[in-house]
Amino acid sequence: MMEQLAKVWQDVLAGKGFEYGLPVDVSTHGFAIDNLISTLHYFMALLFVGWGIYLVYCLVRFRDREGHVADIAPQHFSLPKYLEIGVVIFEACLLVFFSYPVWAKLKTDFPDRASSLVVRITAEQFAWNIHYPGPDGKFGKTNIDLIDGTNPVGLDREDPNGKDDIVSINQFNVPVGKPVIVELGAKDVIHGFFLPNARVKHDAIPGMVFPLWFETKETGKFEIACAQLCGVGHYRMKGYFNVLTQEEYDNWLLEEEKALKEGA
Amino acid sequence: MAVHIPYIDKPNPVTGVTNAKLGIWLFLASEVMLFGALFSALITLRLGVSDWPHGYAVLNVPLATLNTVVLIFSSVTVVMAWAALKMHNLKQFRTYMSLTLLMSFIFLGIKAIEYSTKFHHGISPATSNFYAIYFVITGLHGLHIIGGIIVNAYLLGPGSKMWKSEPERFTGRIECAGLYWHFVDLVWIFLFPILYLL
Amino acid sequence: MSHHEMPFWKKYIFSTDHKVIGLQYGITATFFLLFGFFLMILMRWQLAYPGIEIPLIGKAISETGALTPELYNALGAMHGTIMIFLGVVPMGVGAFGNYLVPLQVGACDMAFPKLNMMSYWVYFVGGVIMMMSFLMPGGAAASGWTSYPPLSVISNNAQTVWLLAMVFLITSSLLGSVNTIVTAIQLRAKGLNFMRWPIHVWAQVTTAFLLLLAFPPLEGAAVLQLADRVFGSSFFLPSGLVVSGEKLAVAGGGNPLLWQHLFWFLAHPEVYVLILPAVGIVCEIVTTNCRKPLYGYKTMVYSILFLGFMSFVVWAHHMFMTGMGVTLSSFFQATTMIISIPSVIILTTILLTLWGASIRFSVPMLFAMAFLPMFAIGGLTGLPLGLTASDIHLHDTYYVIGHFHYVVAPGSLFALMGGVYYWYPKFSGRQMNQFLGKLHFWVSFVAINCVFMPMFLMGSKGVSRRMYDQTQYSHGAATQSWNVVMSTAAFVLLLAQIPFIWNMFTAWKTGKKVENDNPWEATTLEWAASSPPPHENFPNPVEVYRNPYTYSATTRKVLPQFIPQEG
Repeated sequence: MMEQLAKVWQDVLAGKGFEYGLPVDVSTHGFAIDNLISTLHYFMALLFVGWGIYLVYCLVRFRDREGHVADIAPQHFSLPKYLEIGVVIFEACLLVFFSYPVWAKLKTDFPDRASSLVVRITAEQFAWNIHYPGPDGKFGKTNIDLIDGTNPVGLDREDPNGKDDIVSINQFNVPVGKPVIVELGAKDVIHGFFLPNARVKHDAIPGMVFPLWFETKETGKFEIACAQLCGVGHYRMKGYFNVLTQEEYDNWLLEEEKALKEGA
Repeated sequence: MAVHIPYIDKPNPVTGVTNAKLGIWLFLASEVMLFGALFSALITLRLGVSDWPHGYAVLNVPLATLNTVVLIFSSVTVVMAWAALKMHNLKQFRTYMSLTLLMSFIFLGIKAIEYSTKFHHGISPATSNFYAIYFVITGLHGLHIIGGIIVNAYLLGPGSKMWKSEPERFTGRIECAGLYWHFVDLVWIFLFPILYLL
Repeated sequence: MSHHEMPFWKKYIFSTDHKVIGLQYGITATFFLLFGFFLMILMRWQLAYPGIEIPLIGKAISETGALTPELYNALGAMHGTIMIFLGVVPMGVGAFGNYLVPLQVGACDMAFPKLNMMSYWVYFVGGVIMMMSFLMPGGAAASGWTSYPPLSVISNNAQTVWLLAMVFLITSSLLGSVNTIVTAIQLRAKGLNFMRWPIHVWAQVTTAFLLLLAFPPLEGAAVLQLADRVFGSSFFLPSGLVVSGEKLAVAGGGNPLLWQHLFWFLAHPEVYVLILPAVGIVCEIVTTNCRKPLYGYKTMVYSILFLGFMSFVVWAHHMFMTGMGVTLSSFFQATTMIISIPSVIILTTILLTLWGASIRFSVPMLFAMAFLPMFAIGGLTGLPLGLTASDIHLHDTYYVIGHFHYVVAPGSLFALMGGVYYWYPKFSGRQMNQFLGKLHFWVSFVAINCVFMPMFLMGSKGVSRRMYDQTQYSHGAATQSWNVVMSTAAFVLLLAQIPFIWNMFTAWKTGKKVENDNPWEATTLEWAASSPPPHENFPNPVEVYRNPYTYSATTRKVLPQFIPQEG
């Protein structure tokens, strides 16, 4: 046990593992979220430091000491009232000009389906099942009775539309620069679909399918995290979110289709 | 206990109520929230599915109608019991409170018939959400009836000794028990049409 | 029989005296707070040293000596449940509310003493049931204190026991809140009109209304979840569930979000139940230790009432990520922003009271002063969570854990601990040791900030909550060392409570006796009673002559509420 502890402390004392702050964002909508977060934190820091200076000043100037008595006359301060009004106006602006528009865009301004990559992601304990429609762009029918170890989404391969569908476990590949529409579901319990590096988060709730969209602007290898307690494997429900160049993505599709044909 | 708490038989001059009266109204407010939450759950579940059965097709409406009459009648008798005490007639109080209890037992009996018929046909809360919410809401309501029976039986029996020593306080207790009983009746009056008639 | 002739069990165990009941709540709640803290200490070991054997007791817990993921999740759910429902609320409402409200309104006891006794014992039984769940097959409940279905319904553990225990705890709260409200309204001393209530009484009455009206929907929801688990209904189970490859044999047609709405309808007001008694306590401590009236008494009262009202219409800000559209989210964001206003006003009113004061740095005042910036951090970090756009990134991350712990731990708990130091002379006739108090304060203050501040840093990186081992994720591995800092600070924080517990229990017999009934020279009615008060509180009826927190304009001396104007 002691050697294990020593190893941990070695990293700590070397300054490793102390990262902080917002992670890399490869999405096109994320800048608005990041702007809101930073603006808000400047505002919070301003209020806190202001209050803090005032508090320390009072604790020093008005401390009980020889010859000092409290001023008990009724007081009326107008500055706090104006500050409060300022805070309210600022919050209202953040709400109306920063938050409402972002949410409205994500919830109602969906990209055109025809020019997007549409995928169905079904969460389960403890993996992400990603169902691609394949080159024909149509999803094959799924049937709950067909679900088993090799067919996590119950895809009906007999359905003509389903012959070219790709079902991947934990590998979510997207081509950069193309909008992606995700139809999010869950099989057993509530999970949370979280792409930290694309500022995407949505609960996956059994019995419901939720559409969400995003678009990337940089390539990279990132992760899917689970953002809702889903059982004992919640901590290891990691998926891989790979933003590929169009070429890499097309190659990957080709390989998958080849593997499908060979398997059949 | 040595402490003497004011306003248990006479009302507080500023608020105009005794402690128990204020207390029971507050308690009933929380009960409104409880049944309100369950009714909201019913509505949510019903709006979420397309194949929600009609109550009149699958539940025993005649029996439930009888139960509604029984309960309303018992609300009347519990008021009469309180009125009897106001007129210092203990014997009449006993008569009306006994009637109230009788009605309560009839209500529970009819409920028991309803439930056992369903179980006999293999219907339980697991059958569907309609039956699940039916059993839960009427079951919780039934538990409240049983609670009322226990309180009313106590007030009819050993509790009525208080009439000799503190008649005003005892009358206040009957009033509070009556308020609770009206509430249980009121829940049923909402429950009956929503579950059985729609 | 008179009070003095009663046997021990009737006088101290099944007492109907609100003071004894208040102390019973206080001692029981202290035990549960320490126990809940201990559960977190085990978890913090795992978080800092994943998979490494826990010293001393590890082998008793599991084969490897380290926490298993199952145990970690169970400890997490129970930590939250115990701290909130068995710890902070019973301490704030059951202990402080019970002990002080009758005294502060000049009453001889609560309006319904027998009901009061029942509230305590129902809480006690609920606590025992909750603790028994650790010994049940499958272990304790492990779906978070939030118990979201379907996970909570399909889990093979003591979730059912959790639900039963909650029914007991909710019942206890309901009975207690009726008592508080009726006592404060009906049993006021002569001259005590509502606008002369101490702020602590306003806070406790508002809290009682929150408990009264918000708890029943959770009780309803608990009954529904019990039905799902025990009777096989599908209130929260949709059709088509496939668990571990098998179709779940239930009727289906249920809605997991129904639970969330019913749960949060309580649980949001519940967090104001956690903070309001603390705000009340801080107001009492601050006014006494500033030697001047509270600034803006009326403003404070209206803010507390408005906060209580608003707390009922913000609940779905916990559910922004559940597929909420534009309309509903706009409503809840707006109400959430609005509710920050009374919170800021409350904080500002207390801060402004410091202006022109003569501040005494007693031990309770240290805690009250620390409460202010800590509550500020907690409240401010609620803003990015309350706006949906920023919540997209921060929801269900460590940022949330940092936010609410700042409000509850260095917020409420500090206020409650300050309250113990402040009213200790009243209920025991002795002072707690001041040196130990200062030691307790300073070490706790530094340690608690080291525990919770790094959470904002980890959360902004995207580290999710309720993670047995976050190093599985690259962003988790990159922030893992913060865990070592936080856990070390948590161990120090645990040690820092030792002087407090020691002090609390020994000062009862060996603490310095106070010279008079009002050692802090405070103004509110409880200080008119002797220290400690006799069974009937005020052998001679007490009358109120003025507002709380009043000082004489001529002599600058304190003018308690219960002393007739001199000359």
